[in-house]
Amino acid sequence: MNQDTCVARLEGVGKRYGNVVALDGIDLQIHRGEVLALLGPNGAGKSTSIGLLLGLLRADSGTVSLFGQDPQDIGTRRRIGVMLQSALLPPTLRVRELISLTASYYPAPLDVTACAALAGIEDLLGRNYAALSGGQQRRVQFAMAMVGQPEILFLDEPTVGMDLQARQALWAAIRQLVARGCAVVLTTHYLEEAEALAHRVCVIAGGKVISEGTVDALRARVVLRRIGCVTSVPATAIAQWPGVASVEAQQGHLAIATPDAEAVVRRLLDADPALSGLEVQRAGLAEAFSDITREAADTDLSREAA
Amino acid sequence: MNTLDATVMRTMSPGRVVNAYAQEAKAECLRYLRNPGFLLPTLLFPSVFYVMFGILLNQHSGPETLRYLLASYGTFGVMAPGLFGFGVSLALERDTGLLTLKRAMPMPPGAYLLGKMCMAVVVAGIISVILLCLAIFVAGVVLPPSRIAAFFFLELLGVLPFCALGLLVGTLVKGQGAPGIINLVYLPMAFLAGLWMPLSMLPSVLQSIAPIWPAYHLDQLALSTVGLGQGGEWIHVAVLVGYTAVFLAIASRRLRRNG
Repeated sequence: MNQDTCVARLEGVGKRYGNVVALDGIDLQIHRGEVLALLGPNGAGKSTSIGLLLGLLRADSGTVSLFGQDPQDIGTRRRIGVMLQSALLPPTLRVRELISLTASYYPAPLDVTACAALAGIEDLLGRNYAALSGGQQRRVQFAMAMVGQPEILFLDEPTVGMDLQARQALWAAIRQLVARGCAVVLTTHYLEEAEALAHRVCVIAGGKVISEGTVDALRARVVLRRIGCVTSVPATAIAQWPGVASVEAQQGHLAIATPDAEAVVRRLLDADPALSGLEVQRAGLAEAFSDITREAADTDLSREAA
Repeated sequence: MNTLDATVMRTMSPGRVVNAYAQEAKAECLRYLRNPGFLLPTLLFPSVFYVMFGILLNQHSGPETLRYLLASYGTFGVMAPGLFGFGVSLALERDTGLLTLKRAMPMPPGAYLLGKMCMAVVVAGIISVILLCLAIFVAGVVLPPSRIAAFFFLELLGVLPFCALGLLVGTLVKGQGAPGIINLVYLPMAFLAGLWMPLSMLPSVLQSIAPIWPAYHLDQLALSTVGLGQGGEWIHVAVLVGYTAVFLAIASRRLRRNG
Protein backbone atom coordinates (compact mmCIF):
# COMPACT_ATOMS: atom_id res chain seq x y z
CA MET A 1 0.00 0.00 0.00
CA ASN A 2 1.20 3.45 -0.78
CA GLN A 3 1.96 5.02 2.60
CA ASP A 4 1.72 8.55 1.30
CA THR A 5 -1.89 8.51 0.21
CA CYS A 6 -3.18 7.00 3.43
CA VAL A 7 -5.00 9.69 5.39
CA ALA A 8 -6.55 7.62 8.16
CA ARG A 9 -5.73 4.26 9.59
CA LEU A 10 -6.82 1.74 12.18
CA GLU A 11 -4.20 -0.94 12.88
CA GLY A 12 -5.11 -3.96 14.95
CA VAL A 13 -7.47 -1.86 17.01
CA GLY A 14 -9.38 -3.41 19.88
CA LYS A 15 -12.06 -1.74 21.94
CA ARG A 16 -14.31 -3.16 24.63
CA TYR A 17 -17.23 -1.69 26.55
CA GLY A 18 -17.21 -3.67 29.75
CA ASN A 19 -17.57 -7.28 28.66
CA VAL A 20 -18.74 -6.43 25.17
CA VAL A 21 -16.08 -6.54 22.49
CA ALA A 22 -16.88 -3.74 20.06
CA LEU A 23 -13.77 -4.01 17.93
CA ASP A 24 -11.65 -7.13 17.69
CA GLY A 25 -8.33 -6.18 16.13
CA ILE A 26 -9.73 -4.23 13.20
CA ASP A 27 -7.57 -2.96 10.34
CA LEU A 28 -8.77 -0.17 8.13
CA GLN A 29 -7.15 2.33 5.81
CA ILE A 30 -8.60 5.33 4.04
CA HIS A 31 -6.81 6.90 1.12
CA ARG A 32 -6.82 10.33 -0.39
CA GLY A 33 -9.58 10.93 -2.91
CA GLU A 34 -11.42 7.70 -2.19
CA VAL A 35 -14.86 7.02 -0.85
CA LEU A 36 -14.84 4.16 1.61
CA ALA A 37 -18.23 2.79 2.58
CA LEU A 38 -18.54 1.00 5.90
CA LEU A 39 -21.39 -1.46 5.88
CA GLY A 40 -22.51 -3.80 8.56
CA PRO A 41 -25.36 -4.71 10.83
CA ASN A 42 -26.13 -2.54 13.86
CA GLY A 43 -23.65 -3.12 16.63
CA ALA A 44 -21.03 -4.41 14.21
CA GLY A 45 -18.47 -1.79 15.21
CA LYS A 46 -19.00 0.89 12.57
CA SER A 47 -19.77 3.69 15.02
CA THR A 48 -16.92 2.68 17.30
CA SER A 49 -14.50 2.76 14.35
CA ILE A 50 -15.69 6.24 13.39
CA GLY A 51 -15.59 7.38 17.03
CA LEU A 52 -11.96 6.33 17.26
CA LEU A 53 -10.98 8.10 14.05
CA LEU A 54 -12.75 11.26 15.26
CA GLY A 55 -10.87 11.16 18.55
CA LEU A 56 -14.07 10.72 20.56
CA LEU A 57 -12.91 7.36 21.91
CA ARG A 58 -9.59 5.89 22.92
CA ALA A 59 -8.55 2.47 21.64
CA ASP A 60 -7.75 -0.24 24.16
CA SER A 61 -5.13 -1.72 21.86
CA GLY A 62 -3.62 -1.07 18.44
CA THR A 63 -3.05 2.31 16.82
CA VAL A 64 -5.39 4.89 15.41
CA SER A 65 -3.99 7.65 13.26
CA LEU A 66 -5.25 10.55 11.20
CA PHE A 67 -2.65 12.00 8.82
CA GLY A 68 -0.11 10.02 10.83
CA GLN A 69 -1.06 11.90 13.99
CA ASP A 70 -3.21 11.42 17.05
CA PRO A 71 -6.87 12.07 16.12
CA GLN A 72 -7.39 13.87 19.44
CA ASP A 73 -4.93 16.57 18.41
CA ILE A 74 -6.82 19.73 17.45
CA GLY A 75 -4.40 20.51 14.60
CA THR A 76 -5.27 17.13 13.09
CA ARG A 77 -8.97 17.64 13.60
CA ARG A 78 -8.83 20.90 11.64
CA ARG A 79 -8.34 18.71 8.56
CA ILE A 80 -11.53 16.72 9.01
CA GLY A 81 -15.21 17.38 8.46
CA VAL A 82 -17.95 15.56 10.32
CA MET A 83 -21.60 14.81 9.81
CA LEU A 84 -23.01 12.67 12.60
CA GLN A 85 -26.21 10.72 12.37
CA SER A 86 -27.90 11.86 15.53
CA ALA A 87 -26.72 15.36 16.41
CA LEU A 88 -29.56 17.73 17.25
CA LEU A 89 -28.45 21.26 16.38
CA PRO A 90 -29.65 24.38 18.22
CA PRO A 91 -33.18 24.90 16.83
CA THR A 92 -33.27 28.69 17.22
CA LEU A 93 -30.13 29.39 15.20
CA ARG A 94 -30.38 30.30 11.52
CA VAL A 95 -28.69 28.24 8.86
CA ARG A 96 -26.18 30.98 8.04
CA GLU A 97 -25.23 31.27 11.72
CA LEU A 98 -24.69 27.53 12.07
CA ILE A 99 -22.45 27.37 9.01
CA SER A 100 -20.39 30.42 9.88
CA LEU A 101 -19.95 29.20 13.46
CA THR A 102 -18.54 25.94 12.12
CA ALA A 103 -16.42 27.84 9.59
CA SER A 104 -14.82 29.78 12.46
CA TYR A 105 -13.25 26.56 13.77
CA TYR A 106 -11.16 26.11 10.62
CA PRO A 107 -8.06 27.96 9.36
CA ALA A 108 -9.16 28.42 5.74
CA PRO A 109 -12.89 27.80 5.39
CA LEU A 110 -15.05 28.26 2.33
CA ASP A 111 -17.16 31.36 2.02
CA VAL A 112 -20.52 30.62 3.67
CA THR A 113 -22.53 31.47 0.57
CA ALA A 114 -20.28 29.39 -1.70
CA CYS A 115 -20.54 26.48 0.69
CA ALA A 116 -24.32 26.78 0.78
CA ALA A 117 -24.38 26.77 -3.01
CA LEU A 118 -22.35 23.55 -3.09
CA ALA A 119 -24.73 21.91 -0.64
CA GLY A 120 -27.76 23.27 -2.49
CA ILE A 121 -29.13 25.27 0.46
CA GLU A 122 -28.63 28.90 -0.67
CA ASP A 123 -32.34 29.54 -0.27
CA LEU A 124 -32.30 28.29 3.32
CA LEU A 125 -29.56 30.54 4.74
CA GLY A 126 -31.94 32.92 6.52
CA ARG A 127 -34.24 30.23 7.90
CA ASN A 128 -34.37 28.90 11.45
CA TYR A 129 -32.91 25.43 11.70
CA ALA A 130 -36.04 24.17 13.48
CA ALA A 131 -38.22 25.28 10.55
CA LEU A 132 -36.46 22.94 8.10
CA SER A 133 -37.57 19.50 6.99
CA GLY A 134 -35.49 16.48 7.95
CA GLY A 135 -33.88 16.31 4.52
CA GLN A 136 -33.06 20.03 4.55
CA GLN A 137 -31.50 19.67 8.01
CA ARG A 138 -29.28 16.89 6.69
CA ARG A 139 -28.12 19.17 3.85
CA VAL A 140 -27.30 21.91 6.36
CA GLN A 141 -25.30 19.39 8.38
CA PHE A 142 -23.49 18.40 5.21
CA ALA A 143 -22.65 22.04 4.52
CA MET A 144 -21.27 22.33 8.06
CA ALA A 145 -19.16 19.22 7.51
CA MET A 146 -17.50 20.57 4.37
CA VAL A 147 -17.22 24.30 5.08
CA GLY A 148 -13.73 23.89 6.56
CA GLN A 149 -12.36 22.43 3.30
CA PRO A 150 -11.52 19.14 5.01
CA GLU A 151 -9.17 16.55 3.58
CA ILE A 152 -11.27 13.76 4.98
CA LEU A 153 -15.00 13.81 5.51
CA PHE A 154 -16.89 11.50 7.85
CA LEU A 155 -20.50 11.05 6.79
CA ASP A 156 -22.72 8.97 9.04
CA GLU A 157 -25.96 8.02 7.27
CA PRO A 158 -25.92 11.29 5.31
CA THR A 159 -29.11 10.86 3.31
CA VAL A 160 -31.52 9.52 5.92
CA GLY A 161 -34.87 11.28 5.51
CA MET A 162 -34.09 12.67 2.05
CA ASP A 163 -36.17 12.21 -1.03
CA LEU A 164 -34.58 10.75 -4.13
CA GLN A 165 -33.85 14.11 -5.74
CA ALA A 166 -32.18 15.57 -2.66
CA ARG A 167 -30.20 12.38 -2.22
CA GLN A 168 -28.86 12.53 -5.75
CA ALA A 169 -27.98 16.22 -5.32
CA LEU A 170 -26.01 15.37 -2.19
CA TRP A 171 -24.26 12.52 -3.96
CA ALA A 172 -23.23 14.96 -6.70
CA ALA A 173 -21.82 17.35 -4.09
CA ILE A 174 -19.87 14.51 -2.47
CA ARG A 175 -18.43 13.51 -5.86
CA GLN A 176 -17.25 17.09 -6.41
CA LEU A 177 -15.37 17.06 -3.12
CA VAL A 178 -13.84 13.70 -3.92
CA ALA A 179 -12.70 14.96 -7.32
CA ARG A 180 -10.74 17.65 -5.45
CA GLY A 181 -8.92 14.95 -3.47
CA CYS A 182 -11.06 14.78 -0.36
CA ALA A 183 -11.38 11.34 1.20
CA VAL A 184 -14.78 10.26 2.43
CA VAL A 185 -15.73 7.67 5.02
CA LEU A 186 -19.36 6.82 4.55
CA THR A 187 -21.56 4.70 6.76
CA THR A 188 -24.92 3.89 5.33
CA HIS A 189 -27.79 1.48 5.44
CA TYR A 190 -28.68 2.22 1.83
CA LEU A 191 -26.75 -0.19 -0.32
CA GLU A 192 -27.57 1.78 -3.45
CA GLU A 193 -25.84 4.72 -1.79
CA ALA A 194 -22.68 2.67 -1.32
CA GLU A 195 -23.04 1.47 -4.89
CA ALA A 196 -23.42 5.01 -6.23
CA LEU A 197 -20.54 6.58 -4.31
CA ALA A 198 -18.03 4.15 -2.91
CA HIS A 199 -14.78 3.13 -4.52
CA ARG A 200 -14.23 0.59 -1.82
CA VAL A 201 -16.59 -1.20 0.52
CA CYS A 202 -15.73 -2.64 3.92
CA VAL A 203 -18.22 -4.97 5.51
CA ILE A 204 -17.81 -5.00 9.28
CA ALA A 205 -19.32 -7.60 11.57
CA GLY A 206 -18.39 -8.71 15.05
CA GLY A 207 -15.79 -5.97 15.36
CA LYS A 208 -13.77 -7.11 12.35
CA VAL A 209 -13.57 -6.38 8.66
CA ILE A 210 -15.05 -9.50 7.09
CA SER A 211 -15.03 -8.40 3.49
CA GLU A 212 -13.20 -5.62 1.78
CA GLY A 213 -12.93 -4.72 -1.83
CA THR A 214 -14.10 -2.54 -4.65
CA VAL A 215 -17.78 -2.18 -5.33
CA ASP A 216 -17.20 -4.29 -8.44
CA ALA A 217 -15.73 -7.09 -6.37
CA LEU A 218 -18.73 -7.01 -4.09
CA ARG A 219 -20.99 -6.92 -7.10
CA ALA A 220 -19.21 -9.97 -8.48
CA ARG A 221 -21.01 -11.97 -5.82
CA VAL A 222 -24.21 -10.65 -7.29
CA VAL A 223 -23.48 -12.38 -10.58
CA LEU A 224 -24.59 -15.54 -8.86
CA ARG A 225 -28.24 -16.42 -9.24
CA ARG A 226 -30.21 -18.64 -6.93
CA ILE A 227 -32.18 -21.61 -8.13
CA GLY A 228 -34.72 -23.01 -5.73
CA CYS A 229 -36.47 -26.32 -6.31
CA VAL A 230 -37.65 -29.58 -4.75
CA THR A 231 -35.93 -32.51 -6.37
CA SER A 232 -34.84 -36.08 -5.78
CA VAL A 233 -31.35 -35.38 -7.17
CA PRO A 234 -29.00 -35.39 -4.18
CA ALA A 235 -27.41 -32.09 -3.26
CA THR A 236 -23.96 -33.64 -3.11
CA ALA A 237 -24.27 -34.68 -6.78
CA ILE A 238 -25.39 -31.24 -7.93
CA ALA A 239 -22.47 -29.66 -6.09
CA GLN A 240 -20.18 -31.56 -8.50
CA TRP A 241 -21.80 -30.12 -11.62
CA PRO A 242 -19.87 -27.51 -13.60
CA GLY A 243 -20.89 -23.92 -12.88
CA VAL A 244 -22.44 -24.63 -9.48
CA ALA A 245 -21.01 -22.41 -6.77
CA SER A 246 -22.83 -23.84 -3.80
CA VAL A 247 -25.80 -25.99 -2.85
CA GLU A 248 -27.80 -25.82 0.33
CA ALA A 249 -30.49 -28.29 1.25
CA GLN A 250 -33.24 -27.36 3.64
CA GLN A 251 -36.10 -29.74 4.34
CA GLY A 252 -35.93 -31.25 0.86
CA HIS A 253 -35.76 -27.82 -0.75
CA LEU A 254 -32.52 -27.05 -2.57
CA ALA A 255 -30.94 -23.62 -2.97
CA ILE A 256 -28.32 -23.63 -5.72
CA ALA A 257 -26.08 -20.65 -6.38
CA THR A 258 -24.65 -20.41 -9.88
CA PRO A 259 -23.55 -17.84 -12.43
CA ASP A 260 -25.04 -19.98 -15.21
CA ALA A 261 -28.61 -20.56 -14.15
CA GLU A 262 -29.92 -21.59 -17.57
CA ALA A 263 -27.50 -24.51 -18.04
CA VAL A 264 -28.02 -25.76 -14.49
CA VAL A 265 -31.83 -25.58 -14.79
CA ARG A 266 -31.73 -27.52 -18.09
CA ARG A 267 -29.60 -30.24 -16.52
CA LEU A 268 -31.83 -30.34 -13.43
CA LEU A 269 -34.98 -30.83 -15.50
CA ASP A 270 -33.25 -33.56 -17.54
CA ALA A 271 -32.11 -35.35 -14.41
CA ASP A 272 -35.43 -35.10 -12.57
CA PRO A 273 -38.62 -34.76 -14.66
CA ALA A 274 -40.62 -34.72 -11.41
CA LEU A 275 -38.82 -31.58 -10.16
CA SER A 276 -41.16 -29.01 -8.63
CA GLY A 277 -41.23 -25.59 -7.03
CA LEU A 278 -38.70 -24.17 -9.47
CA GLU A 279 -37.71 -20.55 -9.08
CA VAL A 280 -34.74 -18.52 -10.27
CA GLN A 281 -33.74 -15.26 -8.59
CA ARG A 282 -31.09 -12.70 -9.24
CA ALA A 283 -29.35 -11.75 -6.02
CA GLY A 284 -29.14 -8.01 -5.29
CA LEU A 285 -26.34 -6.15 -3.61
CA ALA A 286 -28.42 -6.41 -0.49
CA GLU A 287 -28.41 -10.17 -0.74
CA ALA A 288 -24.68 -10.34 -1.35
CA PHE A 289 -24.22 -8.17 1.72
CA SER A 290 -26.45 -10.31 3.88
CA ASP A 291 -24.66 -13.40 2.55
CA ILE A 292 -21.34 -12.00 3.68
CA THR A 293 -22.60 -11.15 7.13
CA ARG A 294 -24.40 -14.45 7.52
CA GLU A 295 -21.33 -16.42 6.51
CA ALA A 296 -19.32 -14.52 9.09
CA ALA A 297 -21.90 -15.23 11.76
CA ASP A 298 -21.92 -18.92 10.81
CA THR A 299 -18.15 -19.21 11.05
CA ASP A 300 -18.30 -17.52 14.44
CA LEU A 301 -20.94 -19.98 15.58
CA SER A 302 -19.08 -23.03 14.34
CA ARG A 303 -15.90 -21.74 15.94
CA GLU A 304 -17.71 -21.35 19.23
CA ALA A 305 -19.27 -24.80 18.90
CA ALA A 306 -15.90 -26.44 18.21
CA MET B 1 1.39 13.65 -7.45
CA ASN B 2 0.19 13.89 -3.94
CA THR B 3 0.61 16.95 -1.80
CA LEU B 4 -0.15 15.17 1.41
CA ASP B 5 2.48 15.56 4.07
CA ALA B 6 1.93 13.71 7.30
CA THR B 7 3.80 16.33 9.28
CA VAL B 8 1.80 19.29 8.01
CA MET B 9 -0.40 20.66 10.74
CA ARG B 10 -3.08 23.18 10.07
CA THR B 11 -2.35 26.12 12.26
CA MET B 12 -4.74 28.93 13.04
CA SER B 13 -3.67 32.52 13.45
CA PRO B 14 -4.34 33.85 16.98
CA GLY B 15 -6.91 36.19 15.48
CA ARG B 16 -8.88 33.30 14.01
CA VAL B 17 -8.73 31.40 17.30
CA VAL B 18 -10.13 34.42 19.17
CA ASN B 19 -12.77 34.72 16.46
CA ALA B 20 -13.78 31.10 17.00
CA TYR B 21 -14.32 31.77 20.72
CA ALA B 22 -16.27 34.94 19.93
CA GLN B 23 -18.47 33.17 17.35
CA GLU B 24 -19.22 30.38 19.80
CA ALA B 25 -20.22 32.89 22.49
CA LYS B 26 -22.34 34.84 20.03
CA ALA B 27 -24.13 31.74 18.80
CA GLU B 28 -24.77 30.59 22.36
CA CYS B 29 -26.23 33.99 23.36
CA LEU B 30 -28.40 34.21 20.23
CA ARG B 31 -29.87 30.77 20.58
CA TYR B 32 -30.98 31.36 24.16
CA LEU B 33 -32.14 34.93 23.70
CA ARG B 34 -34.36 33.59 20.91
CA ASN B 35 -35.72 30.81 23.10
CA PRO B 36 -38.73 32.13 25.06
CA GLY B 37 -39.02 28.84 26.93
CA PHE B 38 -35.73 29.63 28.62
CA LEU B 39 -35.73 33.41 28.62
CA LEU B 40 -39.23 34.20 29.89
CA PRO B 41 -39.20 32.22 33.16
CA THR B 42 -35.62 33.28 33.80
CA LEU B 43 -36.46 36.98 33.46
CA LEU B 44 -40.02 36.93 34.76
CA PHE B 45 -39.68 34.99 38.00
CA PRO B 46 -37.37 37.39 39.85
CA SER B 47 -39.05 40.52 38.49
CA VAL B 48 -42.61 39.34 39.12
CA PHE B 49 -41.66 38.23 42.65
CA TYR B 50 -40.03 41.59 43.29
CA VAL B 51 -43.09 43.47 42.07
CA MET B 52 -45.50 41.26 44.02
CA PHE B 53 -43.71 40.73 47.31
CA GLY B 54 -41.51 43.79 47.25
CA ILE B 55 -43.62 46.55 45.79
CA LEU B 56 -47.31 45.57 46.00
CA LEU B 57 -47.43 43.69 49.30
CA ASN B 58 -44.97 45.95 51.09
CA GLN B 59 -46.39 49.37 50.35
CA HIS B 60 -46.15 50.49 53.95
CA SER B 61 -42.77 49.08 54.75
CA GLY B 62 -39.71 51.22 54.61
CA PRO B 63 -37.16 51.73 51.84
CA GLU B 64 -34.87 49.27 53.61
CA THR B 65 -37.23 46.38 52.87
CA LEU B 66 -37.27 47.32 49.19
CA ARG B 67 -33.47 47.37 49.07
CA TYR B 68 -33.32 44.11 51.03
CA LEU B 69 -35.65 42.43 48.54
CA LEU B 70 -33.74 43.88 45.59
CA ALA B 71 -30.69 42.02 46.87
CA SER B 72 -32.49 38.72 47.51
CA TYR B 73 -34.45 38.64 44.25
CA GLY B 74 -31.32 39.73 42.42
CA THR B 75 -29.50 36.73 43.87
CA PHE B 76 -32.48 34.48 43.11
CA GLY B 77 -32.51 35.86 39.56
CA VAL B 78 -28.88 35.25 38.66
CA MET B 79 -28.95 31.68 39.97
CA ALA B 80 -31.27 30.69 37.10
CA PRO B 81 -29.14 31.47 34.01
CA GLY B 82 -26.20 29.69 35.63
CA LEU B 83 -28.12 26.61 36.71
CA PHE B 84 -30.50 26.33 33.75
CA GLY B 85 -28.49 27.94 30.95
CA PHE B 86 -25.49 25.89 31.88
CA GLY B 87 -26.67 22.78 33.67
CA VAL B 88 -29.82 21.92 31.79
CA SER B 89 -28.40 22.74 28.37
CA LEU B 90 -25.27 20.68 29.03
CA ALA B 91 -27.35 17.72 30.22
CA LEU B 92 -29.57 17.95 27.13
CA GLU B 93 -26.72 18.40 24.69
CA ARG B 94 -24.85 15.43 26.12
CA ASP B 95 -27.97 13.46 25.30
CA THR B 96 -28.80 14.82 21.86
CA GLY B 97 -25.35 14.39 20.35
CA LEU B 98 -24.57 18.10 19.96
CA LEU B 99 -21.70 17.88 22.44
CA THR B 100 -20.34 14.83 20.62
CA LEU B 101 -20.48 16.67 17.30
CA LYS B 102 -18.72 19.70 18.79
CA ARG B 103 -16.02 17.48 20.25
CA ALA B 104 -15.48 15.83 16.88
CA MET B 105 -15.25 19.21 15.16
CA PRO B 106 -12.12 21.26 15.68
CA MET B 107 -13.79 23.64 18.12
CA PRO B 108 -11.11 25.27 20.27
CA PRO B 109 -10.95 23.64 23.71
CA GLY B 110 -13.13 25.39 26.23
CA ALA B 111 -15.05 27.43 23.64
CA TYR B 112 -18.18 25.45 24.38
CA LEU B 113 -18.11 26.14 28.12
CA LEU B 114 -16.89 29.70 27.68
CA GLY B 115 -19.73 30.39 25.25
CA LYS B 116 -22.32 29.14 27.74
CA MET B 117 -20.68 31.21 30.47
CA CYS B 118 -20.91 34.38 28.35
CA MET B 119 -24.57 33.67 27.71
CA ALA B 120 -25.26 33.26 31.43
CA VAL B 121 -23.43 36.52 32.21
CA VAL B 122 -25.42 38.39 29.55
CA VAL B 123 -28.73 37.07 30.90
CA ALA B 124 -27.66 37.90 34.48
CA GLY B 125 -26.92 41.45 33.27
CA ILE B 126 -30.40 41.75 31.77
CA ILE B 127 -32.01 40.48 34.99
CA SER B 128 -30.10 42.94 37.14
CA VAL B 129 -30.99 45.85 34.85
CA ILE B 130 -34.69 44.91 35.00
CA LEU B 131 -34.61 44.64 38.81
CA LEU B 132 -32.69 47.90 39.19
CA CYS B 133 -35.19 49.70 36.93
CA LEU B 134 -38.12 48.30 38.92
CA ALA B 135 -36.47 49.29 42.21
CA ILE B 136 -35.50 52.80 41.16
CA PHE B 137 -38.34 53.86 38.87
CA VAL B 138 -41.28 51.89 40.25
CA ALA B 139 -40.50 51.35 43.92
CA GLY B 140 -38.64 54.63 44.31
CA VAL B 141 -35.55 53.12 45.90
CA VAL B 142 -32.81 55.71 46.18
CA LEU B 143 -29.32 54.40 45.48
CA PRO B 144 -26.16 56.34 44.64
CA PRO B 145 -24.62 55.47 41.23
CA SER B 146 -21.67 53.75 42.91
CA ARG B 147 -24.00 51.30 44.67
CA ILE B 148 -26.00 50.73 41.47
CA ALA B 149 -22.79 49.91 39.63
CA ALA B 150 -21.58 47.65 42.43
CA PHE B 151 -24.88 45.73 42.43
CA PHE B 152 -24.79 45.38 38.63
CA PHE B 153 -21.25 44.03 38.51
CA LEU B 154 -21.82 41.74 41.46
CA GLU B 155 -24.77 40.21 39.59
CA LEU B 156 -22.61 39.69 36.49
CA LEU B 157 -19.90 37.89 38.44
CA GLY B 158 -22.33 36.26 40.84
CA VAL B 159 -23.64 34.03 38.07
CA LEU B 160 -20.30 32.22 37.82
CA PRO B 161 -20.51 29.98 40.92
CA PHE B 162 -23.92 28.86 39.69
CA CYS B 163 -22.55 28.20 36.21
CA ALA B 164 -20.01 25.92 37.87
CA LEU B 165 -22.71 24.22 39.94
CA GLY B 166 -24.92 23.85 36.85
CA LEU B 167 -21.97 22.41 34.96
CA LEU B 168 -21.43 19.87 37.72
CA VAL B 169 -25.09 18.82 37.80
CA GLY B 170 -25.08 18.72 33.99
CA THR B 171 -22.27 16.16 34.08
CA LEU B 172 -24.14 14.05 36.63
CA VAL B 173 -27.54 13.83 34.95
CA LYS B 174 -28.34 13.43 31.30
CA GLY B 175 -31.28 14.31 29.10
CA GLN B 176 -34.85 15.20 29.91
CA GLY B 177 -34.57 14.60 33.67
CA ALA B 178 -32.18 17.52 34.07
CA PRO B 179 -34.69 20.41 34.50
CA GLY B 180 -36.34 18.57 37.39
CA ILE B 181 -33.04 17.87 39.12
CA ILE B 182 -31.88 21.46 38.65
CA ASN B 183 -35.14 22.72 40.18
CA LEU B 184 -34.49 20.44 43.15
CA VAL B 185 -31.22 22.30 43.63
CA TYR B 186 -32.47 25.77 42.73
CA LEU B 187 -35.68 26.19 44.71
CA PRO B 188 -34.66 24.62 48.04
CA MET B 189 -31.36 26.46 47.99
CA ALA B 190 -33.10 29.78 47.34
CA PHE B 191 -35.42 29.13 50.28
CA LEU B 192 -32.74 27.87 52.67
CA ALA B 193 -30.40 30.76 51.83
CA GLY B 194 -33.10 33.20 52.89
CA LEU B 195 -33.91 34.60 49.46
CA TRP B 196 -37.69 34.21 49.80
CA MET B 197 -38.08 35.20 53.41
CA PRO B 198 -35.48 36.65 55.75
CA LEU B 199 -33.35 34.06 57.50
CA SER B 200 -34.49 35.42 60.86
CA MET B 201 -37.96 34.06 60.10
CA LEU B 202 -36.64 30.52 59.54
CA PRO B 203 -36.10 27.89 62.28
CA SER B 204 -32.76 28.27 63.98
CA VAL B 205 -31.45 24.97 62.60
CA LEU B 206 -31.96 26.24 59.07
CA GLN B 207 -30.41 29.57 60.03
CA SER B 208 -27.30 27.89 61.30
CA ILE B 209 -26.75 25.81 58.16
CA ALA B 210 -27.41 28.72 55.78
CA PRO B 211 -23.66 29.40 55.24
CA ILE B 212 -23.42 26.03 53.49
CA TRP B 213 -25.27 27.41 50.48
CA PRO B 214 -23.42 29.45 47.83
CA ALA B 215 -26.61 31.51 47.38
CA TYR B 216 -26.36 32.69 51.01
CA HIS B 217 -22.90 34.18 50.38
CA LEU B 218 -23.93 35.87 47.15
CA ASP B 219 -26.97 37.31 48.93
CA GLN B 220 -24.78 38.70 51.73
CA LEU B 221 -22.59 40.40 49.11
CA ALA B 222 -25.65 41.75 47.29
CA LEU B 223 -26.92 43.16 50.61
CA SER B 224 -23.56 44.89 51.05
CA THR B 225 -23.83 46.54 47.64
CA VAL B 226 -27.22 48.06 48.55
CA GLY B 227 -25.89 49.24 51.91
CA LEU B 228 -27.34 46.54 54.17
CA GLY B 229 -24.20 44.45 54.55
CA GLN B 230 -23.02 42.95 57.80
CA GLY B 231 -19.32 43.00 56.92
CA GLY B 232 -17.05 40.06 56.20
CA GLU B 233 -17.34 40.60 52.44
CA TRP B 234 -13.98 39.00 51.74
CA ILE B 235 -15.01 35.82 53.50
CA HIS B 236 -18.10 35.58 51.27
CA VAL B 237 -16.01 36.24 48.16
CA ALA B 238 -13.50 33.59 49.21
CA VAL B 239 -16.25 31.03 49.87
CA LEU B 240 -17.82 31.67 46.45
CA VAL B 241 -14.47 31.42 44.69
CA GLY B 242 -13.78 28.21 46.57
CA TYR B 243 -17.12 26.68 45.62
CA THR B 244 -16.59 27.67 41.98
CA ALA B 245 -13.16 26.06 41.92
CA VAL B 246 -14.35 22.82 43.52
CA PHE B 247 -17.41 22.49 41.25
CA LEU B 248 -15.29 23.21 38.18
CA ALA B 249 -12.61 20.72 39.17
CA ILE B 250 -15.07 17.87 39.71
CA ALA B 251 -17.07 18.72 36.60
CA SER B 252 -14.08 18.93 34.28
CA ARG B 253 -12.79 15.61 35.59
CA ARG B 254 -16.15 14.01 34.88
CA LEU B 255 -16.36 15.62 31.44
CA ARG B 256 -12.91 14.38 30.48
CA ARG B 257 -13.76 10.85 31.61
CA ASN B 258 -17.30 10.44 30.38
CA GLY B 259 -17.80 13.13 27.74
